Amino acid sequence: MYDKESLSKLSEHKQNWEKNVLNKVLNKKPERKEKFFTGSNIEINGVYTGLDIQELDYSKDLGFPGEYPYTRGVYPTMYRGRLWTMRQYAGFGTAEESNKRYKYLLSQGQTGLSVAFDLPTQIGYDSDHPLSRGEVGKVGVAIDSLKDMEILFEGIPLDKVSTSMTINAPAAILLAMYIAIAEKQGITPDKLSGTIQNDILKEYIARGTYIFPPEQSMRLITDIFEFCSEHMPKWNTISISGYHIREAGATAVQEVAFTLANGIAYVEAAIKAGLSVDDFAPRLSFFFNAHNDLFEEVAKFRAARRLWAKIMKERFKAQDPKSMMLRFHTQTAGSTLTAQQPDNNIVRVTIQALAAVLGGTQSLHTNSRDEALALPSEDSVRIALRTQQIIAHESGVADTIDPLAGSYYVEFLTNTIEQKAKEYIDKIETLGGAPKAIEKGYIQQEIQNSAYSYQMEVEQGKRIVVGVNKFKIEEDPPKGLLKVDPSVGKLQEEKIKQLKATRDNLQVSKALQELKKCAETDKNLMPPIIKCVRAYCTLGEICDALRAVFGEYKAPINL
Amino acid sequence: MAGSKTIRVLIAKPGLDGHDRGAKVIARALRDSGMEVIYTGLRQTPEQIVETAIQEDVQVIGLSILSGAHNFLFPRVMELLREKNAEDILVIGGGVIPEEDIPGLKEAGIKEVFTPGTPTSEIINFIKANVKV
Amino acid sequence: MDMVQKILKGDKRSIARLITLIENQAEEVRELLKQLHKFTGKAITIGITGPPGAGKSSIVNFLAKKFREDNKKVGIIAIDPTSPFTGGAILGDRIRMQDLTLDEGIYIRSMGSRGALGGLSRASYDAVKVLDAAGMDYIIIETVGVGQSEVDIIKLADIVVLVLIPGMGDEVQAIKAGVMEIADIFVVNKSDLDGADRLITEIQLNLDLNQDKNRIKPPIIKTVATAGEGIAELNITIKDIHKRLHDSGLLQIKRKARICQELQELIREIHIKQIVSSFEAKIDIFTEKILKKEIDPYTAALAILNNKNGYISID
Repeated sequence: MYDKESLSKLSEHKQNWEKNVLNKVLNKKPERKEKFFTGSNIEINGVYTGLDIQELDYSKDLGFPGEYPYTRGVYPTMYRGRLWTMRQYAGFGTAEESNKRYKYLLSQGQTGLSVAFDLPTQIGYDSDHPLSRGEVGKVGVAIDSLKDMEILFEGIPLDKVSTSMTINAPAAILLAMYIAIAEKQGITPDKLSGTIQNDILKEYIARGTYIFPPEQSMRLITDIFEFCSEHMPKWNTISISGYHIREAGATAVQEVAFTLANGIAYVEAAIKAGLSVDDFAPRLSFFFNAHNDLFEEVAKFRAARRLWAKIMKERFKAQDPKSMMLRFHTQTAGSTLTAQQPDNNIVRVTIQALAAVLGGTQSLHTNSRDEALALPSEDSVRIALRTQQIIAHESGVADTIDPLAGSYYVEFLTNTIEQKAKEYIDKIETLGGAPKAIEKGYIQQEIQNSAYSYQMEVEQGKRIVVGVNKFKIEEDPPKGLLKVDPSVGKLQEEKIKQLKATRDNLQVSKALQELKKCAETDKNLMPPIIKCVRAYCTLGEICDALRAVFGEYKAPINL
Repeated sequence: MAGSKTIRVLIAKPGLDGHDRGAKVIARALRDSGMEVIYTGLRQTPEQIVETAIQEDVQVIGLSILSGAHNFLFPRVMELLREKNAEDILVIGGGVIPEEDIPGLKEAGIKEVFTPGTPTSEIINFIKANVKV
Repeated sequence: MDMVQKILKGDKRSIARLITLIENQAEEVRELLKQLHKFTGKAITIGITGPPGAGKSSIVNFLAKKFREDNKKVGIIAIDPTSPFTGGAILGDRIRMQDLTLDEGIYIRSMGSRGALGGLSRASYDAVKVLDAAGMDYIIIETVGVGQSEVDIIKLADIVVLVLIPGMGDEVQAIKAGVMEIADIFVVNKSDLDGADRLITEIQLNLDLNQDKNRIKPPIIKTVATAGEGIAELNITIKDIHKRLHDSGLLQIKRKARICQELQELIREIHIKQIVSSFEAKIDIFTEKILKKEIDPYTAALAILNNKNGYISID
């Protein structure tokens, strides 16, 4: 973007400034720290100029919004056309209670649903399984069969809302249930829009709700890709998630690198399964974290978009521009919230949400101030949603596209993050790709090292966390936290008992038998799974049928 | 001749919750403070945790839960320890645990509960102060 | 019932306690081990070693299950390196053996190597004896093949199983000659990976080059431990090798050599401790002198040793 002459002038000017202005001050009073770093350990200079982004070529590296390599955004009008989807992740207790919370959120101006499932559901156990004890309804809603799903979406028109479901190992089953309840509302699958998380690799890396071994899990995923490319053109078949990788302690650079490395693995698996890239790639979506380091975060989103576009175009030879667009959901960083002085979290969330919006997110969840203490209360969820609405309607940041483009610092960071992420991806390639690197524990180890050094920096006071290691106060325990009724477990157990007594059990065992048979072949698993859910097989029964054929995954632990 | 006495700690994740960042950071910090740390991995039942603690003859069990299932799982671990006459093992807990739940957990026998933001050094000091080797 | 009685009955709590006492070098240990000694010698001890990431723990996991199918009792000792700087350790081998935890007939103990310079600590030898006396039919000792420990394993095990995986670069060359020589069985794990056959050929070649008449030629077993493949064969091979070692008298020779070596080590250990403790004051004095260049270390050492009674002539 700069010609040689102006660069050399600039360089001369900078040297003069350093000598005559800066050093005079520094000699009298040094800076706060000897060196400054971003969260990803990128060293930060005092001031940035065109000298730091000499190589930047506007058309090649940035382009216009909606134009390759999509650095400035995936759509030509971005938030001037339509604001991002405000989507609060919610769900707890029974389907009845969660249904109420969804209707409340929709009435408050939320534009999409995001379903949180409890852990037994996420790991494919029914509420009456011994391992489910104490967990039913705790971190999300308990779904044991289509019956619960019918209640969960009762009175919500599925052709009008888009629904995101945080479900991975049993994603195919929950998707099948969603299809089945839509059917009952008279809505065909092609009208449904939404997302299933369906990202098993990051479960092995960071989140832990895996069931089956990698190979079989990848098959389930590519079966979903194939099924949706035929029947559900508006459905996001996967949400390749850096969020949990970051929560586990990764830096911004690692978040981009490991997420895209997983993305590459999914694309490769789908191609290997015989799909052509432009048939499924447009429905891939991503999910990132937004932390406090504002500029680094904005740069991270921009770098991720540019890097993915290049990977899809150059490596996988995608033709359809939609295959190259990295569309993503963002959630603010749960791990940055503090149990101390919880109201401070509102401010943290504001900065993080701002980063996501300046970074061009497609949808956003803002965390509630009390999440380091318990599940969010209704008041806290409302403030979190209002935070988004204030950014959208009052701050003015949504009125022009990619407003930080051209900032010497942000462009420098964007370049640096892209380059460092690329180095990680190359390293993962030499290990044989993401699944192999996970099996070797390499990715987990890298994340743990970051998590540990972060913790040590906080403890040594090298990193300030307000209210935690500085600016502390004596405070009373917070009040009004949400409590999940411990009787949910009993209630769900009752429901299962009743279901098993009233459904057509012959149909059930036939459907399960058919599923097992299919699992032994390489035929698409979606049709027999849909058959199972329609017959009111429980989630646990369906997963057990698959466990019998696929086996279960055991995690390697490297510390 | 008495040799070195090393504190042995079991870090365990009961229940189904897969968030083990905290558990792993603590495990490393305890190791770096000279303790031997046995880490169980995810999805351990209270029965497995107690049996492991006994076979490994640990002086401390650290339980980590972020899913909210602590009110069931922590007391269950204590109950089993008592059944096995192993209540001399110091049990501490950590994770997303509301303040108001802590008295109940302590009553069940959990010696201390560490919530998010606790420095690892505080946990190390607590163990060193409360374990007789 | 006293501790010895409980251990003989296989009480896990007591076994665990005694191993801790052993690790902590508690006073009462010598007496307890003395009482247990006559009950040892029945178990078959199997050492499993190999480089980090070779899948040793998974193999131990499945192998223990196989032994259980025959209703045999199994003791497992998993040794991980202790940090020389902090004395701490993460003992993580158990994670892959989680489904064994609640099995009545299995006892698993994780141990840190605790100061044994890369090798196996005394405590691990004594722990094996405790498990032996406690009535375990099989005792499996798992060690990471770094430093001295992989060769040390022969001091503990009747049968040494060396686990290797393809794709570790210069494969067999990378393994120290000593280990190749002590292995009774080679396991090529992750044998579904590329390079498995090449690895087998290399092991074969190496074995052919270094034939030893006093050794049963080690078989090579292919496994995919994460899926339990090849474990049945390993089980049979272990039994077969054990039988052949036993019948040929080699087992007896091995055990005798082990006892002899242990005795020597004990003498050395006790002797050194006695010497050092009786000269503590002198050592302090001479350290100062060496520091001030009044004397060189070699002369100082001789001076101390030659004056057991404490008279020092050099001044």
